[in-house]
Amino acid sequence: MLQDSVKSKLRAIVGKQWFKDDPESLITHSYDGTPMLQSLPDGVIYPENTAQVSAIMKLLQAHRVPVVSRGSGTNLCGGTVPVEGGIVMVMHRMNRILEVDLENLTATVQPGLITKQFTSHVEGLGLFYPPDPGSMAISTIGGNIAECSGGLRGLKYGTTKDYVIGLEAVLANGEIIRTGGKLMKDVAGYDLTKLLVGSEGTLAIVTEATLKLIPPPKAKKTMLAMYKDLYGAARTVSKIIENRIIPATLEFLDNPTIRVVDDFAKLGLPLDMDAILLIEQDGDPETVERDIARIADICRSENADRVSIAADEAEGLKLMTARRSAFTALARLRPTTILEDATVPRSKIADMVLAINEIAARHNVTICTFGHAGDGNLHPTATTDARDKEEIHRVELAFEEIFEAAIQLGGTITGEHGVGLVKAPYLEWKVGAAGIEVMRGIKAAFDPNNILNPGKMFAKSTRKRVVLGHG
Amino acid sequence: MANSLASMLEAKEGGKGGTCSELATTLKNALDYDHLTNCMRCGFCLPACPTFRETGIEAESPRGRIALMKAVADGLMDPDYAFETQMNHCLGCRACEPACPADVKYGQLLEQARDSVELHTKSHRWWVKLARRTAFDGMFPHQGRMRLLGGALRVYQQSGLRKLVRGSGLMRLFPKHMEQMERILPDASYRGVAEQIGSLHRAKGERVGTVGLFRGCIMDVLFTDTNKHTVELLNAAGFDVVIPETQNCCGALHAHSGEQAGAKALAKHNIQAFRAAGVDWIASNAGGCGALLVEYGHLLHDEPEWAESAAWFAKRSLDVSKLLVEHGRLQSAAAAAVAASQAQGTAAGCGGSCGGGISFASADKVRITYQDSCHLRNVMRSPEAPRKLMRSVANAEFVELYESDRCCGSAGIYNLTQPEMASQILDHKMDHVKRTEAHYLLTSNPGCLLQMKLGIEKHGMSGKMEAVHLVDFLHERLCKTER
Repeated sequence: MLQDSVKSKLRAIVGKQWFKDDPESLITHSYDGTPMLQSLPDGVIYPENTAQVSAIMKLLQAHRVPVVSRGSGTNLCGGTVPVEGGIVMVMHRMNRILEVDLENLTATVQPGLITKQFTSHVEGLGLFYPPDPGSMAISTIGGNIAECSGGLRGLKYGTTKDYVIGLEAVLANGEIIRTGGKLMKDVAGYDLTKLLVGSEGTLAIVTEATLKLIPPPKAKKTMLAMYKDLYGAARTVSKIIENRIIPATLEFLDNPTIRVVDDFAKLGLPLDMDAILLIEQDGDPETVERDIARIADICRSENADRVSIAADEAEGLKLMTARRSAFTALARLRPTTILEDATVPRSKIADMVLAINEIAARHNVTICTFGHAGDGNLHPTATTDARDKEEIHRVELAFEEIFEAAIQLGGTITGEHGVGLVKAPYLEWKVGAAGIEVMRGIKAAFDPNNILNPGKMFAKSTRKRVVLGHG
Repeated sequence: MANSLASMLEAKEGGKGGTCSELATTLKNALDYDHLTNCMRCGFCLPACPTFRETGIEAESPRGRIALMKAVADGLMDPDYAFETQMNHCLGCRACEPACPADVKYGQLLEQARDSVELHTKSHRWWVKLARRTAFDGMFPHQGRMRLLGGALRVYQQSGLRKLVRGSGLMRLFPKHMEQMERILPDASYRGVAEQIGSLHRAKGERVGTVGLFRGCIMDVLFTDTNKHTVELLNAAGFDVVIPETQNCCGALHAHSGEQAGAKALAKHNIQAFRAAGVDWIASNAGGCGALLVEYGHLLHDEPEWAESAAWFAKRSLDVSKLLVEHGRLQSAAAAAVAASQAQGTAAGCGGSCGGGISFASADKVRITYQDSCHLRNVMRSPEAPRKLMRSVANAEFVELYESDRCCGSAGIYNLTQPEMASQILDHKMDHVKRTEAHYLLTSNPGCLLQMKLGIEKHGMSGKMEAVHLVDFLHERLCKTER
């Protein structure tokens, strides 16, 4: 419980109305976008500037009060659920674009800025910020930095970490550090910028970010290929890359997803297909035309059953409907939707999809897989019901096996959602005991009293690895 | 994981001995737990929500409000004053529903919550309480009384009494927002559309079918001309129009304010009235009414003996704009273009060559924009029909209003019950409206229309811009041969 004296000091820092501890505020900050997780904080605070964040941290450090910083709370790893109580720090009031530097092609923004508002703003200036997580209409830049969010353009353009070049952050003790800058080269010491990106609020609280912008592509073209043979689709993905073509997006839907999407959106998709690939290329108009033509040839040579190329942007949007409705269609099937992000080298996509389907069948659960085939980042998605404890148990077992399968294929337990609470018990599977020790050392250096987002990333105990049957 | 929720529940029950208020029990019984569970807390509704955008506070969002409802249903919190306030703070615009991947029926949950709160509430401000009782029980259900009220208002407006009141400063005794409302109220009428022009009107030209006009209780008193214009537009487009005499208020204001029983009684009356009239379609010209008409099936879902006729009614109900676009005899785009070029020359409509359906032309070159009716857009899911009609008007340039899909703050009687938030939302809306530099700001709902009139007055744009109902705008520009 939070002492009254601490509460009144917090109110003194931010002003009376920006610290709340009424039941309404506590309930509405007890969850994020992750299913089945809820835990009440002791208070919610809305700082207005870096100085306030620093003062808050000095106070909370002195009283050893946990603090979870968050944006809109849309993450899928339980990253902002206050499992050890304490203070939830909402960054929404710090939501300004401080500067767009047209000479250096950088933008400096506050963490509470909504991603979509930022991308629209820079697009208006004829510039491009590529990271496009599915929740970008409401997610914040600060949240994207904390989770190192990805999106559909990861293959060609990279993810959030590739665009963050400088940070201002407040440490657990209230000290303010600045890392990087408007610099394309900077090797002065350890790269703290990259370390903080994806650190899930466990190392520091980001209060300002300098982001790299690039010129936008001039043209874009969309195409779709359908396969009766999953391996044909997978080989297509590898072949495209082998031919030195990097598409802007290369998305994938498996058969169970195709069925669900067609039932929902009535697109008339052929239900006997094992895979659909949705491919977009952008760049100079001539390059785009040439690449799309070559990709179409590759699809056909790998026995694609159908290949359609959009004549214009409107038709392109139509082709993308199947992919864009995947999440919605799945979310409507059952009350609870668990969306994971196991990731493998892209050459292993077909093996991974088959492994997922086999695991789902064995545990008698519904798991549909779609995702970013181009970067190997799949979204096996379970549709279930949180109220059915027995089924949820089977879903958990299935996901455990899916994580293990991903690692055996040279992959990872999470490609873009983060570890948070949900995957903490599996982190050691990926990074090993020695890896965990190094990470714990880093955590201790930044936050010796473990007040920054405690309970995340490091589990009390690692899950015993499951043994997967082969064949 | 799920344990933390279990332990929260245990702690709660251990700490307070499992006691809960009467309101908590009512809410637990009323709230549809399946809908609560369907919310997966993805947060996609947050950017669509006007109150979240104004405040940035999670509790002011659909996800937050559903979490509060679920916390009450789970026994995690007692519904306190803040809970009640939060439920009433929602505009009910339902912009969150099209944004929701999981198809959570937020509107239904909100009505269940408000209905429960209303049963136990002691917290209304005096003018709210008085207005509610007078309006919900005394006025809206009785069209005759609505007309009397209209008559009284007309006497007030026309007899010089209004001048006297405004001059005396008497209105200053009322809250500021009521004073502003008084200024923008249109001239009322004590004779409704059917009294003025009769209740049966034959189609012009080739007949398409029969439409029952849903005249609306406020529409028929404050916007009687719009109802008359609706009839004439429909006749011109090939519809016989009947105005069933025994119809009454749709019940929307009741349903959205937690007065379900009143809403149901009104719905049954309307169903009987229109069934007896044997119509092919039921057309409304108020998005707020239409949205409830299409949901009569849900409203009466727990009364099986009404299921069939409620479904009959709901299936036939649609907005006048959609009826015109989808079934009416409208001129093809190509013919309309010809009409447009002719209009340039004649400067007074399309000069008479309007065969094959109706068309619209403006005498002067005008710029028009449109504020969506939330319920027409988010519940009736018909954002395109009004735009198609506006684009078809020759000599009128249609410009999209930035964020026209966002509530204007009118929201039924919200601007009377939650004046501060309504006014804040209106101010942001008017910033965008100004930028369109339109001559006409069109809407499809009386509440929105009054709010837009208020906004124009409040922001000193009265000489430059006029808020008009879409139907009235079209009617004035209907080609002469078709009138």
